[in-house]
Amino acid sequence: MDSAGGFARSSIGRKVIMASTGVILVVYVIGHMIGNLQVYGGPEGINAYGKFLHTFIHGQAIWVARIVLLTAVLLHIWSATSLTLTSRKARGIGYREQKWKESTYASRTMRWGGVIILLFVIYHILHFTTGTVHPDFVPGDVYHNFVAGFRVVPVSIVYIVAMIALGLHLRHGVWSMFQTLGVSHPRYIGAAHVLAWVIAIAVTVGNISFPLAVLAGVVK
Amino acid sequence: MKLTLRIWRQKDAKSKGAFVTYTAEADEEMSFLEMLDVVNEGLIQRGEEPIAFDHDCREGICGTCGFVINGRAHGPRERTTVCQLHMRSFQDGDTLTLEPWRADAFPVLKDLVVDRGAFDRIIAAGGFIASAIGGAPDANAIPIRKENADLSMDAAACIGCGACVAACPNAAAMLFVSAKMGHLAMLPQGQPERMDRARAMVAQMDAEGFGTCTNHGECEAACPKAIRMEFIGRMNADYVKASLTGGRRAAGSEGGSG
Repeated sequence: MDSAGGFARSSIGRKVIMASTGVILVVYVIGHMIGNLQVYGGPEGINAYGKFLHTFIHGQAIWVARIVLLTAVLLHIWSATSLTLTSRKARGIGYREQKWKESTYASRTMRWGGVIILLFVIYHILHFTTGTVHPDFVPGDVYHNFVAGFRVVPVSIVYIVAMIALGLHLRHGVWSMFQTLGVSHPRYIGAAHVLAWVIAIAVTVGNISFPLAVLAGVVK
Repeated sequence: MKLTLRIWRQKDAKSKGAFVTYTAEADEEMSFLEMLDVVNEGLIQRGEEPIAFDHDCREGICGTCGFVINGRAHGPRERTTVCQLHMRSFQDGDTLTLEPWRADAFPVLKDLVVDRGAFDRIIAAGGFIASAIGGAPDANAIPIRKENADLSMDAAACIGCGACVAACPNAAAMLFVSAKMGHLAMLPQGQPERMDRARAMVAQMDAEGFGTCTNHGECEAACPKAIRMEFIGRMNADYVKASLTGGRRAAGSEGGSG
């Protein structure tokens, strides 16, 4: 077997690290969105769900999840940064003119889109997890925090913009995972593109519905 | 037809280059390189240095020619090398910007000519079958599934022109390397060294300073031989497998069965 260091230094090795941590993060954002749909059922459901997440396996489960996610995020950022630097270095002198044929807006905004998502995640944790930047945070009352948080229009706008960035990232990222991990048989590659669209739209629409529902008074 | 050409002129590898504007007269029937030949004749008559560009067969099969025309490797036509591109693809009065392939792994030698030795070194690292097999074997002496033979031929169509690197926003060489690995990986003759080949060629690709693929797809759009990105997927799978197993099965302590 190759040394793990050799694999992690190689171009494809770093891509595989990015893709496999991406799988963890994609599964997480889907679960996160589905879990939050419980706000449409009123305060009891979502508050009980929040309590469950905090107390499952004597409160250990949430820390396991946090450690796994933090590790995945750090490796994802490390591989993305490292690969970006390699690619930047590979073309010292650029073109005077370059026209795109097959790349998409989503594929060309992966890097800065990722930076936007990172900044949003930091804000999101300070907003709804620690309550540091929340105007009226009540620990344990998920429903109240949710409604009070999204009533602030600029905050809702930040969330909506961030979710569009996340949707674009998922659109290119999900199919890229299949390609990078080598599961891109021509028979299934069409399905990978469809899956990327479905996940990107479902997560974006689901998440954007939350601030909109609060602003529209559907959830109050 | 009259054209304005903005061409990258660079005296040698060490000099700093710049764009120089020329006017050209061309017929629709001319190939792009014939149009440049006429421009060069004019330059030679005036005692100026002709524009250097790589070319050889002018039949679209050798992979020697290639530069970027208006932001597209090999110009605007799909599945066409620049030697097979004809002036009928352009309009009278067009302004065309001609640039060499841009990648640090392909240093510019002169004008539109780049050094693609990096590709040769990747092939030398493992893009071949080591055992001598004598003359061409009889067809069908080794049964090969039709689909695999076709896929192998698709990959083997790579002429190593470098357009994939030139078109890639990351200056990555993964389409080329995956084609050169893929055509052997599809055939029985390529199996014994398949895993060693994957590691050696990727290591050489990285050492040459190419960028890294982000799955944009610009390479397959620019490829004059229409080689598909699925070969990159296959290369990724082979590389992961090769890295995990080291390309070899561990021998048992008893050794092989005699």
